[in-house]
Order: sequence, then C-alpha cells, then structure tokens
Amino acid sequence: MTEPAITPELIAAHGLKPDEYARILEIIGREPSFTELGIFSAMWNEHCSYKSSKKWLRTLPTTGPQVICGPGENAGVVDIGDGQAVIFKMESHNHPSYIEPHQGAATGVGGILRDVFTMGARPIAAMNALSFGLPDHPKTAHLVKGVVEGVGSYGNAFGVPTVGGEVRFHRSYNGNCLVNAFAAGLADADKIFYSIASGVGMPVVYLGAKTGRDGVGGATMASAEFDDTIEEKRPTVQVGDPFTEKRLLEACLELMASGAVISIQDMGAAGLTCSAVEMGDKGGLGIKLNLDAVPQREARMTAYEMMLSESQERMLMVLKPSMEPQARAIFEKWDLDFAIVGETIPEDRFLILHGGEIKADLPLSKLSSSAPEYDRPWVPTPAAAPLGTVPAIEPMEALKALIGSPSYAHKAWVWEQYDSQVMADTVVTPGLGAGVVRVHGTGKALAFTSDVTPRYVKANPIEGGKQAVAEAYRNLCAVGARPLATTDNLNFGNPEKPEIMGQFVGAIQGIGLAVAALDMPIVSGNVSLYNETDGQGILPTPTIGAVGLLASVDDIIAGRPGPSDLAVVVGETHGHLGQSALLAEAFGIESGDAPAVDLVAERRNGEFIRAQRGLIAACADLSDGGLALAAFEMAEGAGIGLTLDSQDIPTLFGEDQARYLVAVKPGDLAAFAAAAKAAGVAVAQVGEFGGASVKIGAQVSALAELSAVYRGAFAQKLGL
Amino acid sequence: MKAAIITFPGSNCDRDLAQAFERAGADVVRVWHKDSALPAGTDVVGVPGGFSFGDYLRCGAIAAQSPISTAVRAHAARGGYVLGICNGFQVLTEMGLLPGALMRNAGLKFMCKTVGLKVAMTDSAYTSGYVLGQTIQVPIAHHDGNYTVDAETLALIEGDGRVAFRYAENPNGSMGDIAGVLSENRRVLGMMPHPERVVDPLNGGTDGQPLFQGLIGNMALA
Repeated sequence: MTEPAITPELIAAHGLKPDEYARILEIIGREPSFTELGIFSAMWNEHCSYKSSKKWLRTLPTTGPQVICGPGENAGVVDIGDGQAVIFKMESHNHPSYIEPHQGAATGVGGILRDVFTMGARPIAAMNALSFGLPDHPKTAHLVKGVVEGVGSYGNAFGVPTVGGEVRFHRSYNGNCLVNAFAAGLADADKIFYSIASGVGMPVVYLGAKTGRDGVGGATMASAEFDDTIEEKRPTVQVGDPFTEKRLLEACLELMASGAVISIQDMGAAGLTCSAVEMGDKGGLGIKLNLDAVPQREARMTAYEMMLSESQERMLMVLKPSMEPQARAIFEKWDLDFAIVGETIPEDRFLILHGGEIKADLPLSKLSSSAPEYDRPWVPTPAAAPLGTVPAIEPMEALKALIGSPSYAHKAWVWEQYDSQVMADTVVTPGLGAGVVRVHGTGKALAFTSDVTPRYVKANPIEGGKQAVAEAYRNLCAVGARPLATTDNLNFGNPEKPEIMGQFVGAIQGIGLAVAALDMPIVSGNVSLYNETDGQGILPTPTIGAVGLLASVDDIIAGRPGPSDLAVVVGETHGHLGQSALLAEAFGIESGDAPAVDLVAERRNGEFIRAQRGLIAACADLSDGGLALAAFEMAEGAGIGLTLDSQDIPTLFGEDQARYLVAVKPGDLAAFAAAAKAAGVAVAQVGEFGGASVKIGAQVSALAELSAVYRGAFAQKLGL
Repeated sequence: MKAAIITFPGSNCDRDLAQAFERAGADVVRVWHKDSALPAGTDVVGVPGGFSFGDYLRCGAIAAQSPISTAVRAHAARGGYVLGICNGFQVLTEMGLLPGALMRNAGLKFMCKTVGLKVAMTDSAYTSGYVLGQTIQVPIAHHDGNYTVDAETLALIEGDGRVAFRYAENPNGSMGDIAGVLSENRRVLGMMPHPERVVDPLNGGTDGQPLFQGLIGNMALA
C-alpha cells in the first residue's frame, strides 16, 4: 500500500499547526513518514501533551505527607495507613460520549478503571459527574439515556460499585455534554506499579484485547472543537468490552503478584504510541516495536493504524525475561492475548518495524519532552456585576421550583442503573452526599465525592475554583471522613480564546488555594479543552473528585435524621443569592457574583463537625439550593417531615459557604452549642425534623406531595 | 460443611458469596470454571453473580458449557445442594437444573435497589430460617431478571410449592412475581436478589443471613 504524501492539508488534518510541523522537521531533519506524522500528532495533541495547560498545572499543590505518588503516573497514590494506599483519578470522555453516548461513556469508565489497576490496585469504587444540555433540547434525553446505560453497562459487568456522582443540566452543554469518570482502587503501599521502564533488552509485552481500527485518531478528535460534521466522527469512537477488562484486571493483578512486571502502562489515548513512548521516556530508554507481532482483530492493518488505534482493554508491559513462561500461563488462564512485540533498546530511538520495513524511526525522548508548550494569552475574568433586584417568590413555590428541576430532583433514575453494592463493602449508597466504602477486611472506610458549581466558576473563576474544592471537603466531613486528597477534571472551552484561558487560569488559582488551605493536595487529574460547539463554550466545569478516610466505620455520620431531631445550621448565614440555584431554576437568572469562600472558616467548621460526631444525629453540607433544599433532602431521605422557622428567601435559599445542616437530638443541643462556642463556630437552630408535612414559615405542604414532585421530576422533565 | 464457590472469568460476586458462606460458618473452597471436578466432600455449590462470559448474548449460556458444569450437574443429580444467585440463577437455568429463563427486565433497564421479598415457602433448607409470608429486604442488581416459564411448568412449580421467594412489588416483570425457584427435590435454588449482600448490618441489613444459616443448619442435621 502506498502511503499518502505529506501535504499541508494532511498536516492540518492531523491537528498540527504549521509551526508545530516546522518543529518536527527541525527535530528529525527530514520529512516524516505517514506513520511518523501520525505518531507526532498523537503525542502532541492537547489531550496527550497538555500543551496549553501544563504551565498552570505545575502551580497546583501536589505534595503532602499522605501523598505517595502525585500527578504524572496513571493515577495518584495516597497513604491510608496500615501499609495500604488508595489510588484514584478522574478523567473525561466528553467528545466520544456526545458522538456515541453508550460506548463513549462505557469506554470512559473502562479507561479510568484501567488507570487504577495498571498501578496494581483493585478498583473498589467509581463515580461519574455528568453535565448535559437543557432537558428539552432534542438531543438531551438520548444522551442521558445512552450515557447512563453506558456507564452502568461497563461498571456493573466489571464489578465495581458506583457510589456517587453528579448530574446537571445547562444550555451551555447542549452541543457538548461532559462525562467525567472517577475510579479508586486499593493496594498495598509497597506494591504499587509504575510506568518507568528499566533495563536494556527487556521484552515489551502486549496484553489484553486485540488491536482493531477503532478509535484511530481519537485523541486528535478530542482536541478539536465540534461543528456540524460531528456525525462523521462516529467511527473514531471505541467500543468497550467490560468482560475483557475484568479478565485483564484479574490477569494483571495475578501477574503483578508473581513479581514478573518491571513496568506497565495501559493503552488509553493514542494507544500503542503513547504507552510505549511513556515507558521508554520515563526510563531513559529507546523502544523497538515489531508490529507483525501485535495481535490484530482486522486484516491488513497498516503501521499507522496500529500505532494510533484506541482499541480498548489493552496493556503494554516490560517484563522480566526469566518470568515469561509464568506470565504467559497467567494470560492463557484468562484467555487473553499475550505477545512479545518489542524490546527496550539503549539508544534514544522509537523504532517501528512492520512487514520488514522501518515505518518510523524517531528520537523517543523528543516525542514527549519536545512537545510544544504554550503560554496562551489570557485575560482575567472581569468582576461580576452586582445582583440586581430579586423577583419575589413564596418559599414553598421556591422549593418546588428546585425539586421539580432535573438538576436538583431525586436522581434514582440514574443511580439505580448502577450496581452500587457489588463487592459487598458499600456502607453509604448514592443519594445523599458522599458515598462510603469499607476498606475490605478492615474496620476502616473511604469516602468519595465529586463536586463543582459551574455557574460560580463562570462568574468568578477563582472563588468558583475554591468553592468546588470546599464543597468536596464539606461532603467528606459531613460523613465524618478526614479529607485526604483530590483529583481534578478540568473541562473548559477553547484555550486559544483569552477569556476562556482566563477562566482556566482563575479556576486553577482558586483550586490551588483551596487544596493548600484544606490539606487535600491534587494527586491526579485530566484536562479537557475545546469543549465548544460552533464557537460556544461550555460553562467552565472543573470537576473535583475527592477522597476521605474514616479510621473506623463507627465514625460515620449518618445522612438521615430521626423524628424530633432539631435542625441546626453550622456556619454563618448571610443570604448570598448571586448565581444561586434558586435564581437559575425559578427565574432563569444567572447573575451576581459567586459566593465568597472563606477557607479558614471551611477548615474550622469541617474540623468541628468531625470532632462533634458524637453529638450529631445526621449531617449534610449546604451548597447550591441552600438550607431549604438540604433540609428537604435530608428529611425526604428519612421519610419524615420538616419544619423550618424562617420564611426569608435569602436565609432559606442563600448559598453562603462553610455551612452544614446537622440534626441534633434535643437533649444534645446544649452540649452541641457549648462545643460550638468553644470552637468559635456559629450555630443556629433553624427548625426541626419530623411529622408528615413540610412547613416553611407559614406555609405547609404534605411531604408525600413534595416527594412525588422530587422523585418524579427527573424522568418526567426528560421524557424518559 | 463445605461450600464450593465457582468463579467464571466474568463472575464478580464470587468473593461476596464466599464471605457470606464463611460468615455463616462454612468451609469455603474457590473453584475455577476450567476445573473438571468439585473438591471432595463438597456439600453445596455456590454459583455467584456477575457476567460469567460477558453475557452479551444469552446470560449464562456459555457458562453452562464450562468444564465445571458437568461436575455441578452430577453433584445436583446426586442430590447435592446448589445455590445460584443472579447470574448464577441464569446459569442454573441454562444448565437445565432449574426450569424457565431470565429475560430482559420489563422496564429494559438495569436495576440496582433493595426490594421486599415475600418468603413463599419454608419447606427447604434455604428458607427454613424464615417465617412463611415474612417480607425480607434484599437488594437486586440485574438487567435480565424477568423470570419466564411456559404455563404448564409454571402451574407445576406453583402447585408443587417450589417458589421460594416472590417480589412484594414486581420490579422486572417476572411471572407470578417469582424471585427465586427451587428444583423438584428443593436442593437447587436459583434467585435473582442478592442475599449475600445483606449479611452484615453495616451493608444495610441482615435479611440474607437466615438463608445461609438455615442451609448450614439443615446440613448439620442431615
């Protein structure tokens, strides 16, 4: 087969800018072959190279005594004591999910699970944060149905409990949904596997599923804006096979336990290219690959296709040569492909052989280290205009507007399609705040949450970035967990626009300040840029996934109050309505500034909640929707009514930060108030739980009536 | 009492089932599907939930052809106990050890939630620990749990009192609200809900415990 000539059109079609191509010519001193052009485009696209974001990501706090391994590996590794570690990361699969929702979302879950078990950890929990366009947009219901089905189909079959997540709707996602998948795994702290290759002449082994043409050029696609040719991109979406992934997990963990593995890297974006370059580059070695040995699903695949294929459920490994027979036996047991496809070489070369020909011969270290890096121009986001007059609304009407909107309605339609209990360690299932999973075979537990309020980030990227972290911190504290560390999944529009880049820079600054103040460093993450359709960017959505530790399952704070428990707000209420859920859902108003985040107060109040767990019958964080929504969710979840004394809209629906709603037994109130006073924490009794109706000030509604609205709205508004 | 828990390559509730048996006091042996024999002295075989071979076509159909299946059939033919949960139930119908088939849920969606189950008979080792008519809370997690059987067989199993559990509120379209069904000798039980997920109060209840304890207790008497 003759390969296409390298023309300016071909170069542009690979997403390479003229100056980037000039850099390629400079590095290799000749025109690249077709395969080489493909390799460069795979390594240098935004998705793999982080060329627009690297400069800013470096500013994030990533270290701490609890951090065993920060960003740069497949996932972050955090110490949880007793020689154990939790390994986690969050990653987007936005573009593929918009093109083919079921497979796009499924392979997003598959990819993040692989990131975790590549490091030697058995996945123990998953979450997913989903953002869709307006419920009545013609594509939305189809996307919701497909994405939820896809997430479920993969996680359920693989056998990892999905214990949390978020689902939101906003018109800015009409043409560009977000699918952010989180996974966490458990491993012994001294048995973590990394991607750094070592030793010359070591076999490079290909494991898992066969290579097909699916996903060729996927990472390049994910680094471009969408337009009306989107449907033509369907063939670049990969197809997931959770059954193969489950076998790959078991085979990899067995192989790792055998001591045969030197280094391992999963084949994710840009498959064979990215994984081989990463292992070689980290180890200061070259890699020689013989593509004739690659297990292939389709006939007559070219070197170009094999190097760029994003077929799922594949791993690349550098193996101890003496242990090859044992390794082969393990993979045969699980009926998976095992092939020696190359070796490590001493010189700085990435040498690709196919059909007796050299298809690529590149300086390996230059592929990642010489990748372009941009200091994109950016402008700070201007200060938000003050919030004008707020239209009048009665409290009960306001509550109904929130609980009847798909963004704030009960999400059982979603999470009941996910197996949340497989592995039999789930302690707190989805629905209220953070999910909690026992550390298998111990009395410890881990809590997981994912949070961001994109409206805040758009109005004020710095405060919005801080708020996303602060809310995650609160959700962990609310179940009694000590926040440990964070993963960030940064979804933004086109970074070549200075105002979008300004959102990105601001959000990173805010996130950095918050993770430093709250001692929950960033240990892994992912950046997804170019989330735009026809020039319209999404709301900036830096999703924060966070993990907390409970020394004992007995320390878990419940989420459901009992009848006659008192409702007490912890933290100061000022009634901030700017960018609030109430204004957005009841009136379509998205104006004013985001609420300010006082990180000192966040930490003080979070520590107070954890210290006073003995006096707290139940707890929830206060975030968007404010006191009224959180109180309703707690009461409804327990199947009991509620009385809130105030009827002041800003008090009920304001979104001031650093606040919790706690349920306290009447006999414990005095002790709780005294403890708060001693800690310098503001507390105020705002009502009580119990009865069969919801009373807000002078208004009353039957719990059953509100419950029907709350539980029915999601499917109803989406026509599902 | 020795329980042999089978692992197919796509099983994912095998560890959970093994633990539930251990918790109830059984000696547990894990068995790989490519093995051709059960461990000597096996009293009960546990066929766990999961997606045995991916289950992209008919759930459990390939598992029923695994080498271990011959041994499981022989064990059942000898009057041995076999408990199949979720995918395990699907596998047992495919092996021909239980009548009927598990079709796609009537609502077409995967469903994971805790449901009420009515104990429909107590005349079996599995159900002797419950009170007849008692409602227990047990989670389901399946896409294909819609129990379907021809009218004649349905009449037979109903008339014979072989329905072990019925859904209090039918979640998946199963005929006769059937959630679990027994073999003629009442020693093979298949059920879609997951009793092994409710043996520890921390996980949301202990309504699954009497099933395992009853089974082991009956065997100690035998």
